[in-house]
Amino acid sequence: GCPRQQTGKIHFILLFSRQGKLRLQKWYTTLPEKEKKKITREIVQIILARNQKTSSFVDWKDLKLVYKRYASLYFCCAIEDQDNELLTLEVVHRYVELLDRYFGNVCELDIIFNFEKAYFILDEFIMGGEVQETSKKSAVKAMEDSDMLQETVEEYMNKPAF
Amino acid sequence: MRKERMPAPIRLRELIRTIRTARTQAEEREMIQKECAAIRSSFREEDNTYRCRNVAKLLYMHMLGYPAHFGQLECLKLIASQKFTDKRIGYLGAMLLLDERQDVHLLMTNCIKNDLNHSTQYVQGLALCTLGCMGSSEMCRDLAGEVEKLLKTSNSYLRKKAALCAVHVIRKVPELMEMFLPATKNLLNEKNHGVLHTSVVLLTEMCERSPDMLAHFRKLVPQLVRILKNLIMSGYSPEHDVSGISDPFLQVRILRLLRILGRNDDDSSEAMNDILAQVATNTETSKNVGNAILYETVLTIMDIKSESGLRVLAINILGRFLLNNDKNIRYVALTSLLKTVQTDHNAVQRHRSTIVDCLKDLDVSIKRRAMELSFALVNGNNVRGMMKELLYFLDSCEPEFKADCASGIFLAAEKYAPSKRWHIDTIMRVLTTAGSYVRDDAVPNLIQLITNSVEMHAYTVQRLYKAILGDYSQQPLVQVASWCIGEYGDLLVSGQCEEEEPIQVTEDEVLDILESVLISNMSASVTRGYALTAIMKLSTRFTCTVNRIKKVVSIYGSSIDVELQQRAVEYNALFKKYDHMRPALLERMPVMEKATTNGPTEIVQTNGETEPAVLETKPPPTGLQPTSQANDLLDLLGGNDITPVIPTAPTSKPASAGGELLDLLGDLNITGSPVSAPAPAPQISQPPFLLDGLSSQPLFNDIAAGIPSITAYSKNGLKIDFTFERSNTNPSVTVITIQASNSTELDMTDFVFQAAVPKTFQLQLLSPSSSVIPAFNSGTITQVIKVLNPQKQQLRMRIKLTYNHKGSAMQDLAEVNNFPPQSWQ
Repeated sequence: GCPRQQTGKIHFILLFSRQGKLRLQKWYTTLPEKEKKKITREIVQIILARNQKTSSFVDWKDLKLVYKRYASLYFCCAIEDQDNELLTLEVVHRYVELLDRYFGNVCELDIIFNFEKAYFILDEFIMGGEVQETSKKSAVKAMEDSDMLQETVEEYMNKPAF
Repeated sequence: MRKERMPAPIRLRELIRTIRTARTQAEEREMIQKECAAIRSSFREEDNTYRCRNVAKLLYMHMLGYPAHFGQLECLKLIASQKFTDKRIGYLGAMLLLDERQDVHLLMTNCIKNDLNHSTQYVQGLALCTLGCMGSSEMCRDLAGEVEKLLKTSNSYLRKKAALCAVHVIRKVPELMEMFLPATKNLLNEKNHGVLHTSVVLLTEMCERSPDMLAHFRKLVPQLVRILKNLIMSGYSPEHDVSGISDPFLQVRILRLLRILGRNDDDSSEAMNDILAQVATNTETSKNVGNAILYETVLTIMDIKSESGLRVLAINILGRFLLNNDKNIRYVALTSLLKTVQTDHNAVQRHRSTIVDCLKDLDVSIKRRAMELSFALVNGNNVRGMMKELLYFLDSCEPEFKADCASGIFLAAEKYAPSKRWHIDTIMRVLTTAGSYVRDDAVPNLIQLITNSVEMHAYTVQRLYKAILGDYSQQPLVQVASWCIGEYGDLLVSGQCEEEEPIQVTEDEVLDILESVLISNMSASVTRGYALTAIMKLSTRFTCTVNRIKKVVSIYGSSIDVELQQRAVEYNALFKKYDHMRPALLERMPVMEKATTNGPTEIVQTNGETEPAVLETKPPPTGLQPTSQANDLLDLLGGNDITPVIPTAPTSKPASAGGELLDLLGDLNITGSPVSAPAPAPQISQPPFLLDGLSSQPLFNDIAAGIPSITAYSKNGLKIDFTFERSNTNPSVTVITIQASNSTELDMTDFVFQAAVPKTFQLQLLSPSSSVIPAFNSGTITQVIKVLNPQKQQLRMRIKLTYNHKGSAMQDLAEVNNFPPQSWQ
């Protein structure tokens, strides 16, 4: 059969603060817990050490890290070597836009206090390492409809006041 | 026992708030432990109301790095619950804590199956998502049928998720791919972008995995082209717009699928030619999104069978990328150019100056790619300019690049050096700027190069001497310099340099520097070896300082460094007992013929100038009368008109494992008594010169110079062919390359080839390529023999072959008499 060319799949997505605190971790490959921790530590270190003048891409093992900072949060996507890095930047940007649309002027605190929502939104946008929906409207609508299905309003307010 | 009513567990957000107030790691840990204990009791109570809240808190703590495995079963319970809130958190927990490595992973299967058939699409969505993100192979097998059903639904929300779920199933269990084929029938007819996108992903996955699927789906090319065209031509669609471009994600995925379908297929490639040209010329380049599409387009154009005009267009896009202010764009341009530089070399050459500019970029990844690309673009026309840039780069680049850059420069210089002087200067420049990063294997190559640049010897040794005077810490530099000084020290002190102002240096000053290298703590053991041997060699080149040299050598006879000690002891022996042999043993290295890696058309003219064959060799040793001691090979030959390969002499020195002098003097009998009894002759593989650090390289010269080859031996399936080359610079030398092949059905192992020649000849046998001749003529052993025939006598040779075959030890003697006249006349 054809040798499989690696195209398209995201391996993992990490969100972390400028102090290196993890805010979200989505893994699309199976790895031991210890390994995930090690990788996360390593990557956070690498990216926090990058200066402004460098590109958004880092060669790491057999993958490429595509990262971008939005305010105090770093968004990092690990893609395969053959993949389109420029498009991955657009994927990252789209995710931020979705968060923004859902939370309204999203900031790091929103992600901290509503981390499960950040995951839910991500799961409406990407599945198995591939983009599943390209319409901003649809993804957010699915979120809002799902929220309406929740039985109690106590824990899961859309826009928590703090 | 009275049961206390537990207070309600604290809310998630409150916990988060509390934990964030912790001022130290210890304080945080304490809070977490307390809460975990509470959660554990709550789990034990089998509390349904707050299970969701507790698991959510657990997931938060898990993100902070704390263990959460005790919540695994709770996630399963949440998934099984009827409440949507529970399921939502349950599935999230499953995706975070219940991957396929966990024992309880498969317990999810039934719940997922039920939820895939739930009446609420959002519940179905949760199940599809979980399965599609992390379902194990077993789970995928169990549930593939459900996914396939959902792939055919008209509900686009579910259909798009089912498509990606199918992709995951196929990745986990490739054999299941076939079952999804029917469902793909009308996927591209959808209007919904989500479904279109995921369908294209699914089709891509199938085409990549199976040539049959690929062939089957080629018929979709026209439809894909149409969809892409509509995206480009369609008006503004707010839902999918990104900076004026409609659904770039879908465009890119279509371009990628087209690439796979167009590869190696003329018809498909032609069908997409126009749309590719259209995208390439009309896409807006001011923002990243447009460039992302252009980039994918370029990749597709380069990979399919596109017309040359389209290819040039693609490379020019990359060239424009290189000029973009955005470093990300420059980065992808360099990556792509690196991939195409071999196939579209001339087109890429046009962008050479821009690429060279990228060497100065601040981004490490960009620099690396620019460096690799620069090396790929060096040729005979641009070598001077390119080397200048690359040497400057070597000077200023990060340490992580220096080794590769140095190697690259050496390679390019060897291939394209316009003159010997330039070549030596370039080597010098690399050694002095990046001397400690040069790879160890470069040292012997450089030594060989220097040896062969005969008229540059004085210049080279002078420059090297000056280079290490100030600083002898860079090991490769010091090794090369030591070797040169040892070899050409006489030229140094006699001030023979013509290329530049000769320096005044005395013999003592030269020895000073070599001794400093010997003593210095910075010198590696290997380097010390070079220095000591150099000092020894100078004993035949210097006139006033021989006593000093003797003293140094004798001191190191008791060095704790075993390597040094051994050398010193042998050199001492040379002074004491074999002084008459010293001049011959230490004489100037002859020019070595270099192995060329390119075809026959590129042999000798690596340098622009012709080589004047001025060899400063001393006359061949005459004082070396073979003793009446029988060399082991005499036994092989059995006659007294045959000379041993190397003269021998008895000695009472202890035998040691290799050390050139021992080999030079032949196999010594450890007991010291004259060798008279026959003994099996080991392979004599060391050449009879002191070759410090020089690896013995096979001397293949692709031009056979018209000398016919012969089959020297052919028996029992073993065939040995001889091919001949004559030395350009020394007509008494004939180089024979033997090739041993095996036509039987079993390998021949432990193969040893030995040879002996008549008295007036001298023989040098280099190391064989291996000791195994594979069966069925599937490979050969090659070995090089150099024969010195100053009296131009007819060449004769006796050979002895030993090897193991079919479980028995084989041995044969033969005489080779069919040497063609051109090989010795």
